[in-house]
Amino acid sequence: MHELSITQSVVDAVCERAAGRPVRVVTVRVGMLTAVVADAMRFCFDLVTAGTVAEGARLEIDQPAGAGHCRACDTEFTLADLILLCPCGSADVDITSGQELQIISMKVG
Amino acid sequence: MCGTCGCHADGGTGGGHSHPVNGETITLEQRVLAKNEDVASRNRDWLAGQGIVAVNLMSSPGAGKTTLLERTIGDLAGRRAVSVIEGDQETTLDADRIKRAGCAVVQVNTGAGCHLDAEMMHTALGSLSPAPGSLILVENVGNLVCPAMFDLGERSKVVIISVTEGTDKPLKYPYMFAAADLVIINKIDLLPYVDFDVDRCAEYARSVNPKVRVLTVSATTGEGMDDWYDWVAEQY
Repeated sequence: MHELSITQSVVDAVCERAAGRPVRVVTVRVGMLTAVVADAMRFCFDLVTAGTVAEGARLEIDQPAGAGHCRACDTEFTLADLILLCPCGSADVDITSGQELQIISMKVG
Repeated sequence: MCGTCGCHADGGTGGGHSHPVNGETITLEQRVLAKNEDVASRNRDWLAGQGIVAVNLMSSPGAGKTTLLERTIGDLAGRRAVSVIEGDQETTLDADRIKRAGCAVVQVNTGAGCHLDAEMMHTALGSLSPAPGSLILVENVGNLVCPAMFDLGERSKVVIISVTEGTDKPLKYPYMFAAADLVIINKIDLLPYVDFDVDRCAEYARSVNPKVRVLTVSATTGEGMDDWYDWVAEQY
């Protein structure tokens, strides 16, 4: 249940930045190729924000899909999982999207 | 206007729509695990300054991490100073085993936590006071998911899988295998008795991590352990 630690990190950062103002919305970006389950994060968010300035805030999760770039055929393709195999058959692949784990913004006041 | 709650969202009939929120938007654009990564980076710098190599060992429970450590401590005795950071949710059983093997050890109990983090590593390093140039083996909590996400400041990540587990484990737990620098397939002395395909397992590991090294060992009989010691020496 690493989502609890991850959500705690989000809420700590948000509360620090809010400096006492009530937090209404928190927006995070969690790529589809991270081992973070969005629903588990939402569940944890309500628990972790209880008693903080972010209590009752809405959590918005942007989930970019996985994408890769094949060095062999120089094309971009969708990565549904971490198996790094281009449709052309090459495994010489860089992940270009889907591994994001960021706090984007928050709304206070 | 919303018919349910009277707000100005044109959200249809139900109350399940999201309401616009007034207020100041603050842009953060920061990594979620920034704090952990900062502490990890300080750990890494400190270790590098001391010439110490820390290796983070991860596996599912029962893959043989502690047995591998016991054997390693015994075999490296007199060749290199070794100390151990033991992560478990509860008990000091593993730390007691390591102590009996003749090695400095710090036990970190994570309680409900499913992984070690950089702060725990920092605290453990403080109480361990490892000798310059020594080797620190970190036995993470037995779990093939969570520990992959948390940088401790280690030099390398090692995943241990045993032949009594499924050949397809690298595909089932791709995040862990994608994060690894080395995969150790342990308990190869049991290969005659189990349905485990070493080559296919290695192939699966490389499908999520093309550059990963794979070693086969038996921590019980000692077979293949020299390859592991050579790998450790290469980390310096």
